[in-house]
Amino acid sequence: MIRLLVLLALLFARPLWAEEAVVLGLSRDEVAITARFDGSDILIFGAVKRETAIPTDPLDVIIAIAGPSSPVTLRRKDRVAGIWVNAASVQIGSAPSFYAVASSRPLTQVLSEDEDRRYGISVERSINAIVTPGMTVNANEFTQALLRIRKEEGVYQQLEGAVRVDQQTLFHSSIALPANLTEGTYRTRIFLAREGKVIARLQTKIDVRKVGLERFLYNLAQEQATLYGLLSLVIAVIAGWGASALFRLIRLG
Amino acid sequence: MQIYLPIAEISVNAFLLLGIGGMVGVLSGIFGVGGGFLITPLLFFVGIPPAVAVATSANQIVASSVSGLLAHLRRKNVDLKMGWVLLGGGLVGSGLGVALFNYLKSLGQVDLLVRLCYVLFLGVIGALMLVEGLRALRRARMGGGAVLKKRNRNWVHTAPLKVRFRTSGLYISIIPPLLVGFCVGMLAAVMGVGGGFIMVPAMIYILGMPTRVVIGTSLFQIIFVAAFTTLLHAITNHTVDLPLALFLLVGGVVGAQIGTRIGVQLKAEQLRVLLALLVLAVCAKIALELLLEPSELYSIATGGGK
Repeated sequence: MIRLLVLLALLFARPLWAEEAVVLGLSRDEVAITARFDGSDILIFGAVKRETAIPTDPLDVIIAIAGPSSPVTLRRKDRVAGIWVNAASVQIGSAPSFYAVASSRPLTQVLSEDEDRRYGISVERSINAIVTPGMTVNANEFTQALLRIRKEEGVYQQLEGAVRVDQQTLFHSSIALPANLTEGTYRTRIFLAREGKVIARLQTKIDVRKVGLERFLYNLAQEQATLYGLLSLVIAVIAGWGASALFRLIRLG
Repeated sequence: MQIYLPIAEISVNAFLLLGIGGMVGVLSGIFGVGGGFLITPLLFFVGIPPAVAVATSANQIVASSVSGLLAHLRRKNVDLKMGWVLLGGGLVGSGLGVALFNYLKSLGQVDLLVRLCYVLFLGVIGALMLVEGLRALRRARMGGGAVLKKRNRNWVHTAPLKVRFRTSGLYISIIPPLLVGFCVGMLAAVMGVGGGFIMVPAMIYILGMPTRVVIGTSLFQIIFVAAFTTLLHAITNHTVDLPLALFLLVGGVVGAQIGTRIGVQLKAEQLRVLLALLVLAVCAKIALELLLEPSELYSIATGGGK
């Protein structure tokens, strides 16, 4: 009886397909945003745990970090009567504020189209479908524009070859979080892939939080808006008066 | 030195912010304009989100205007009585202006209308001021300085309810200042600026106030308009970034003091010509934005709708 239970437990403890599993380490699972915050590097390292012999096909590792998502409105300017104005707009259901995908080889070689769609791994797949009903414009153009602009800003990163894999067992990568980081939970996923198929995956999270003065001011602005507004004005008036008084002293003294 | 701004959620160079604040402060002190039309695009350029840039620059304008006003007050260059009258008309006007703005917004394309308004207004005002200022400058040079300016009597002087504005040396009806305040307040609310660079020409050319007094008086009423805007943004949108404002205003208040000193050195005619050039430059910039093909046709706004 006990033997049977142990056997069952073993069966359910890990999915049947997982002959190989990920063991993960993060240099940090919390990023504290202080007043002097200027971006942060996250070192992700791990190993592949397996009980069988190493298969002959090469092993690939993909690491994807996604920031909190929010709906996004995209507008396009068009020329109307000689002047450029915002004409068409498209709303996108949700797009992450940050998305980085690092892989040991170019993503298209590592992952088949189907698998990418299934797990939503590539930058293109991280964006949710379009929600504006009855739009006549070519929505795909707008999603491409969103990807292009955010890639240029460095908040969407496609880091091909940024994951180092040693002996098909150890892997490590470093992902740079930019200075304009949004607060929230950053979903971090690690995929092991062979022959274009995901064979194991692991999900964890990195918490990005404002701390200290940044935290205090942010909360004050959200929860005590009137007080915060008045505080800003008082500071402004005092600073204006202070500078005036100071200059007068300089002139007289 | 990089600093992370909690509301804008971006890390920027503190010295850059001090510089921007200082530059706008100097202009504010010289011309009596708030500088909102200048500081907001500069903040966009640094990467601050538009909503935060607009709200926070209003707060910085309060600081530099207070700084400039105090400097002018000491020189007795502020007509407080006129200031209150203009402000009274201005508050009513901006109340109506906000309503008008929301109505236009419901029709769509308010953004375009605002820009066209800018180009038209700034273009006309700037051109008129430039022509007049240059003529005055030439006359002053040829006449060897002292120019006897003939006060032209018009409806401003003949309308009823006359009040004496001692500092401005005017004895005019109270109705024109109220109307000017009202119109500028309404335009300012629709165009989303403090209205300094519409108010200043209006005071010089419509009310006939001496250029010397105009700047201080304009700063006086800008303080209230900008303070009102700051509060409104802080309460409804939570977009005022205190650390950002702090760096801008440290630069701004110092700049305003320097600007005031520069302004005192300039002759009234020179001041008017320079202001006209500034107004025309802003006008040209907005017109170009409308006419030239933008390098990036798409723009992203987080959050749905709007």
